[in-house]
Amino acid sequence: MPTILLLGAGSDMAIAIARKFAAEKYNIQLAARAADTLIPQQQDLQVRYGVTVTTHAFDATNFTSHAAFYAGLPATPDITICVFGYLGDQEKAQQQWDEAVNIINTNYTGAVSILNVVANSYADRKQGVIVGISSVAGERGRQSNYIYGSAKAGFTAYLSGLRNRLFRSGVHVMSVQPGFVNTRMTQHLTLPPLLTAQPEAVAQAIFKGIEKKKNVLYVKWHWRYIMLIIKLIPESIFKKLSL
Amino acid sequence: MQKRLANWGNYPAITSDENAFTQEEQLRKYVVANTHMIARGNGRCYGDASLGAHSISMLKYDKMLAFDIEKGIMDVQAGVTLDQILDIIVPKGWFLPVTPGTKYITVGGAVASDVHGKNHHVDGAFSGHIIDMDVLTGSGETICCSASQHPDLFWATCGGMGLTGVITRVKFGLKQISTAYIRQTQLKAKNLEEVIRLFEEYKHYTYSMAWIDCLQKGDSFGRSILIVGEHATPEELSAAQRKAPLTLPAKRKLTLPFNLPSFVLNTFTVKAFNWLYYGKNYKREMHKVIPYEPFFYPLDAILHWNRGYGKAGFVQYQFVVSLEQKDGLIAILKRISDKGWGSFLAVLKVFGKQESLISFPMEGYTLALDFPIRKGLFEFLDELDEIVLQYGGRLYLSKDARMKREIFWNSYPNAGRFADIVKQYNSNARFESLQSERLSLTK
Repeated sequence: MPTILLLGAGSDMAIAIARKFAAEKYNIQLAARAADTLIPQQQDLQVRYGVTVTTHAFDATNFTSHAAFYAGLPATPDITICVFGYLGDQEKAQQQWDEAVNIINTNYTGAVSILNVVANSYADRKQGVIVGISSVAGERGRQSNYIYGSAKAGFTAYLSGLRNRLFRSGVHVMSVQPGFVNTRMTQHLTLPPLLTAQPEAVAQAIFKGIEKKKNVLYVKWHWRYIMLIIKLIPESIFKKLSL
Repeated sequence: MQKRLANWGNYPAITSDENAFTQEEQLRKYVVANTHMIARGNGRCYGDASLGAHSISMLKYDKMLAFDIEKGIMDVQAGVTLDQILDIIVPKGWFLPVTPGTKYITVGGAVASDVHGKNHHVDGAFSGHIIDMDVLTGSGETICCSASQHPDLFWATCGGMGLTGVITRVKFGLKQISTAYIRQTQLKAKNLEEVIRLFEEYKHYTYSMAWIDCLQKGDSFGRSILIVGEHATPEELSAAQRKAPLTLPAKRKLTLPFNLPSFVLNTFTVKAFNWLYYGKNYKREMHKVIPYEPFFYPLDAILHWNRGYGKAGFVQYQFVVSLEQKDGLIAILKRISDKGWGSFLAVLKVFGKQESLISFPMEGYTLALDFPIRKGLFEFLDELDEIVLQYGGRLYLSKDARMKREIFWNSYPNAGRFADIVKQYNSNARFESLQSERLSLTK
C-alpha cells in the first residue's frame, strides 16, 4: 500500500485529506507539533478505514530538526503534503516582530526547510509527489493580511521553482490555492458561501489533482478568475482600495 | 462566527455565535472563558434545546476511538453521527442498540436526549447501553461517568439536554446481527382499540410502532398500521441478498432543496398512508424482508423533509401517558383530531419500563405528530399540555420548543433533583439553552 505524509496533520483540512487518502487505502503518516494530540485522529483512521497510521512530532519552525525527522519516518512516503500554515494577526505582526517572524517562518521558511529535504530524497529516487497548500492571499499583497500573503507568495514561487527543477526527475509538484475554506482557522470570519469550500471538497480536489497531475489547483474554479482580475488592477488604483 | 441557527422544526430561529473544535483543550479553554453556551450536534432535535447565544458545534469532534469487533463495543468522540457508525459496524455484523427515526444525529445528541427507538419495550433507551462517557463540566474538568461512577452526573446527563456540560466521549455496547435486513410485518388495525390490542399481541417482537390516521372519526377512530420487525436471519433472505447479507444495495438520496408551501407534506403523507392502507396493504397482514434503512429511517430517504412544512416551521408534539391512562391517550387524540391542525399521521408506540432521572420514556403510550406553526397553535398546545398533565404524562424535551415551565416542573417527578445536579456541575450556569431558560432550569 502506498504511504502519504501529512505535515501539519491536526488542521481541519489535513483531517479531511487524511480521511480521503485512507478511504483510498493509503497508509498515513501524521505529523504535527504535539504528536500526542494526533492520537484520536490516528485511531479514527484505523477504525474507519483499517489502514496503518503513525504519528510523528514535527515542528515547522525548528528547521534543524527537519532532516532527522524525515530520516526517522518508518517508510519513505510516496506523497508528501505540506498542509501547515499560520494565518496570524496582521495588526499584531505590524507592531510585534515575534508575530511577523512566526507567520513568515511557519508559512515560508519552515515549508522550504522541510520540502528541501523531501525534494532531495524524491529526486534521488526519481519518484514521488509533493503537494503544497499555498493561498490566494499570496497572489497580491493587501493591507489586511500582507505579511501572511507575502509568506505565501514566497511559498507559491518556491513550489513553482521546485516543480521546474523536479520535472526531469519524474517528481510531480502540485500547488494548491484553496481560496476560502470553512475551517477553525477561518471560523471567526464571515465568508461568502459561493466562494467557500468545505475541507472535504479540498481533500477530494487534491486527490483528483494528483491523479491528473495538475500543476496549480484552484479548489473552486471562480478563484482563478477572481485572482486574475485582482492581479490586473493597476497598482495606482490598487493602493487606494481597501480590500 | 455569528450564524442563523434553527433545529429541525425551523422554529425558533436565532442568531448564535458558533464555535467548533477538534481538540479537547480548545473546548476547555472556550468553556471556562464563556457563558450562555450550549453544545449542538447535527441540529435534529426539533425545538430550542440546543440553541443558545453561544453554540459549541460538536460536528468536528468526530473521531472514532475504538471498535471492538469481538465484543461489539464502540468508543467515539461525541460528534460522530449514527450514520457514520452504521457504515462501519453493519458490515462487521453489529447494529446500534437503540436508534431513533433518523440516523443523522450525533452520539452526544443521542445521550443528551436519551433517545428511544422502536425497540424501547425490549431494549430500553440509549442510556441503558452506555458503558461510560466523558462530560466536560462547567469548571472545565472532564469527568468520566457511568451508572456506577459519578452516577449523579451520569443520570443527569442522560436525557439532560446538555445542561450538565459537554458530552465529549461515549463508549457503548452494540447489538449483534447476522444480516443488514429486517423481517417486517405490517398489520392493519380498524381503530385505536384494535391497534392497542395488536401492540400487546405482538410485544414479543423486538421492533414495533404504528402510524395512526388522525382524520378518522367514529368506528374508525385511530385507524392505523402497526409495523413490527426482527433482524432477519440469513435463511430468511433471498438468494441474491444472501450473497452479501451484511451489505445494502446502493441507493440515491432525494433532497428538498427549498421550503415548500406548508400544505404539501400533509398531502404527501395522506397519499402515502392511503396507498399503504388501501393499496399495498389490502390484506390484513403483510410480510416482507427489507433493508434496515427504509425500516428504521423512512424519512431520511428525503433529506431536509422538514422544509416541507414551509418557512414558518413546525413543532413536533410528543407525549407519553402510562398504560393505565389509555383514556388520556384517547382524549388527547380526540382533541387533536377534532381540531384538525396536526399532521395527518401520528406515530404511536408502547414504551417498556425505564428507570431514569430525567429521561422522557416511561412505561406507557407515546404519541408524536407535527403541527405546522400557525396563529393560535401555542394556545391549543397549552390546552393539550394540561390534559397530558392531568393524566400523569409528560412531553419529550427533544421535541419541545414552547412548553410552559409549570408543565415541565409538574410533569417530571425528578425535576428538582435534576436541577440540583445541574447546578452542581454547571457552575454559574455556563451551559444554558433557550429551553433551559424557558423552563427555569438554569436560572
